[in-house]
Amino acid sequence: MSQAELTAVPAPRTAPRALWAFGILRSELATTLRRWRTLALLGVLAAVPVLIGIAVRIETGDGSRGGPDGGGGPAFLSQVTNNGLFLVFAALSATLPVFLPMAVGVVAGDSVAGEASGGTLRYLLVAPAGRTRLLLVKYASVLVFCLVATLVVAASALAAGALLFPVGEVTTISGTRIGFGEGLLRAGLIAVAVAVSLTGFAALGLFISTLTDSGVAAMAATVGVLITAQILDTMPQLEGIHPYLFPHYWMSFTDLLRDPVHWDELTRNLGLQALYAAVFGSAAWARFTTKDVSV
Amino acid sequence: MTDTAAEAGETEAETGPVPGSVIETRGLTKRYRGGQLAVDGLDLAVPAGSVFGFLGPNGSGKTTTIRMLMGLIAPTSGTAHVLGCRMPAASRTVLPQVGALIEGPALYPFLTGRGNLVRFDSADPAADPRTRRARVENALDRVGLAAAAGKKARTYSLGMKQRLGLAAALLQPRGLLVLDEPTNGLDPQGMREIRSLVRDLAAEGTTVFLSSHLLDEIEQVCTHAAVMARGRLLVQGPVAELAAGARGRLAVTTPDPGDAARILAEHGATGLVTEGDRVSADAPPGGTEPADLNAALVRGGVRVRAFGIERASLEDAFVALTGEGFDVAG
Repeated sequence: MSQAELTAVPAPRTAPRALWAFGILRSELATTLRRWRTLALLGVLAAVPVLIGIAVRIETGDGSRGGPDGGGGPAFLSQVTNNGLFLVFAALSATLPVFLPMAVGVVAGDSVAGEASGGTLRYLLVAPAGRTRLLLVKYASVLVFCLVATLVVAASALAAGALLFPVGEVTTISGTRIGFGEGLLRAGLIAVAVAVSLTGFAALGLFISTLTDSGVAAMAATVGVLITAQILDTMPQLEGIHPYLFPHYWMSFTDLLRDPVHWDELTRNLGLQALYAAVFGSAAWARFTTKDVSV
Repeated sequence: MTDTAAEAGETEAETGPVPGSVIETRGLTKRYRGGQLAVDGLDLAVPAGSVFGFLGPNGSGKTTTIRMLMGLIAPTSGTAHVLGCRMPAASRTVLPQVGALIEGPALYPFLTGRGNLVRFDSADPAADPRTRRARVENALDRVGLAAAAGKKARTYSLGMKQRLGLAAALLQPRGLLVLDEPTNGLDPQGMREIRSLVRDLAAEGTTVFLSSHLLDEIEQVCTHAAVMARGRLLVQGPVAELAAGARGRLAVTTPDPGDAARILAEHGATGLVTEGDRVSADAPPGGTEPADLNAALVRGGVRVRAFGIERASLEDAFVALTGEGFDVAG
């Protein structure tokens, strides 16, 4: 405090603290997003829609259309040839179960444990960043990564779709047609819905990250929990617990392509993610604020 | 256990710390989950303005103590005050005035040296973002890293990392600097630079708390020292007093060691040791003039090549205190 007052620049009393809160968040974002590892993850995510687009293009290159009911694979794949915008939906359907959460798991799992194993955590704490603030900043930056990762998939899919296929009016799942502009808007909403779907899992990863001093262990455990939850979600014998598994409503984003939009599962997903964020966020806070930092 | 500790802490907070002490602990104890007692009832008092050497073999509890002082780990019982405030409760007001190098530097290998400092500086609530650049450049200059500031930290040598860690501790003007083994990994030239840096900082009024297992390092720069072994504080006080506590040695070099030892014994010398042509004994008590002993030797027909009192070093004091060498505590 006295340091801030000593600097001659006159400023409103609250300014330094607000600037500082922004400063540490900005530093955290820059540190996370500019890492080579993060860029590699985003690069892989950006490549997925391009590969899907090229595969579909080659498959249908001879002019024979893939037909409305054509084949398995991710949802919306068959519509891609008619409208490049559908590549956004197809790519998000393809990456949401595994690639996107895996990338989030790596970033969230490493967020605290990585600092601990590198020893930098102790220097952030004696700076002093403050344990609660540091945890909030970490979670905020993981959430930003969720959004960035989703937007990277969506943007790459949009670009690849527009280049490889015709774009135009969108046929909704309900069979009605909406204009391309409204289609784009829906695509944006879907990207946000997908990013929000990852917030509960991100909190879980953050909690796991506070449990160990090994970044690799935390990442592996987080991704392990993801795979376990996905497997449990497919076992009909465990139907009773399905509504409480964080990936259960992930595909609800497709309801945004109905006309009118079905909000039922979307809101249920939102509530479930909020529950996970609250439970595991609190657990992470309880753990991190009382933890002995001895590495 | 924790309940009683908390209660004791509250009463402690009311009485407050002794004025004039920058660090003060009472009964500070840390027992790790395995049951191992790392620090045992530590009563430490670091006077303001001192360069305080915190000495002990590896594994004696120095780093655990420092971590408790910095609020990184919670004491099992006892209290710690830093700059007059209770830790870890007052971390937010105390720590901006404390620069620390704890158990070696830790850096982000993928950031540049400068990037690392910007990162640590932005974590400090007392650091004004508008003057961040200047602070970072100043700190880099101070430790002689300005030229290498643009390189990724993963390319740094251990000595450069150590310097960068020091730079992070020097980002702000500090009331207290806690340096845990600051010369680790440095070459002799680097060690000299660090010592001179510590002296400069002390001259500016910063209290420096310096932990080391190198006795001569402590002896060269410190005004006060404390010695720990196996989690317990053995002694603390001004370095001159500690060294004086261990008496010097009278050393005689002579081709006639047998006669010399006999004559010294006749004159009341204790702790006689004869090694080849060298005879040594505890330094005579204050009343005795060493020159008289020399005269007695010569009168007795002892041919004296060299005669003198060897000043007690901190190492002698340490050995006298612990009765053991400087080994890793088991």
